[in-house]
Amino acid sequence: MLASFATLLVFQCLGEGITFALKLPIPGPVVGMLLLFFALVAYPPLLDRIEATGSELLRHLSLLFVPAGVGIVATAGQVRGHWLTVILAVAVSTLLTLAVTAAVTRAVMNWQNRQNRHSDGGKKDGEGDHA
Amino acid sequence: MRELPQFGLIWVYLAASPLLGLTLTLCAYVVAYWIYSRCKFSPLANPVAIAIALVSTVLLLSGMPYSEYFAGAQFVHFLLGPATVALAIPLARQLPRLRKSFLPLACGLLAGSTTAIVSAVVLTILLGGSPQLAFSIGPKSATTPIAMGVAEKLGGLPALTAVLVIGTGIFGAVAARFLFNRMRIDSPEVRGFALGVTSHGIGTARAFQVNQEMGAFAGLGMGLNGVLTAFLAPWLIPVFVGLLAR
Repeated sequence: MLASFATLLVFQCLGEGITFALKLPIPGPVVGMLLLFFALVAYPPLLDRIEATGSELLRHLSLLFVPAGVGIVATAGQVRGHWLTVILAVAVSTLLTLAVTAAVTRAVMNWQNRQNRHSDGGKKDGEGDHA
Repeated sequence: MRELPQFGLIWVYLAASPLLGLTLTLCAYVVAYWIYSRCKFSPLANPVAIAIALVSTVLLLSGMPYSEYFAGAQFVHFLLGPATVALAIPLARQLPRLRKSFLPLACGLLAGSTTAIVSAVVLTILLGGSPQLAFSIGPKSATTPIAMGVAEKLGGLPALTAVLVIGTGIFGAVAARFLFNRMRIDSPEVRGFALGVTSHGIGTARAFQVNQEMGAFAGLGMGLNGVLTAFLAPWLIPVFVGLLAR
């Protein structure tokens, strides 16, 4: 458990370091996540070793947003803005983004499945995900 | 009558140490999670939103300043970094499916990221918002540090952006199930990915509560859209603001 946690921190440090050195507009932990992903693909045994700790951390991901969220509520009162405009724009745009992302992903998935079935001559129906 | 000042003293003593902020955060989350489970894990009872409301109420009633609270809560906040790194783990588990779905995910990401930015900017301007408001709202689907960075670069208000990012996260996590059911989207892969692209970490947290597979694809969507927004938003937002606001 300790070794796994240390592994996560090492990758976070690497990510933060790279972000800082290259002045990337991306947060260090996101770079760390990409690096760890490549490391896990390159060396799969690492996956079994750190999986238990990682899953435990992710099980309560919601909890980790509470302190920052409270800070934002605490400062929200100082922000002046057209709240009605803001609320409408955020709500509609969020629904649109959910719908467009899901619809496009599914459409291309279905198209790909059809292509595969054609090329396999209908012999193998590997995926059954089409809606 | 001796009880009251004594209780006050104890409170002052505890408030001076990080212990109280940390305890408050964990207790509020335990209560929020209990409510969430009593509501059969309905997305409407979002535990992040409930816990934030509980802690904010306590701070408001006790007059405890946020900085004092954060002295304790920062230990929880710190774990957000390693947890983000840990998102690579479920993702690596899903590698075979990820390989197969590379093209659909790439198309969905590009369409979703563009929709998030353009629709927010266009709606804001059409509803009478200022360009500064549009700069603040445009990057709202990216994770907080990226969104704030983009807003700041463009001349928006990073503090407002932070509020909108959290709002987008919670609203998306609450609304996704109803929307996807109506659209008849069943695949946990697609549902998770769209939720991560739209509602970043808060959406991803919700996806993990549904199942690991949905969580893995949500984490992927969050990470990729963060990166893509950092590159797309700085030029896409000014183009649309320039077109619409004259």
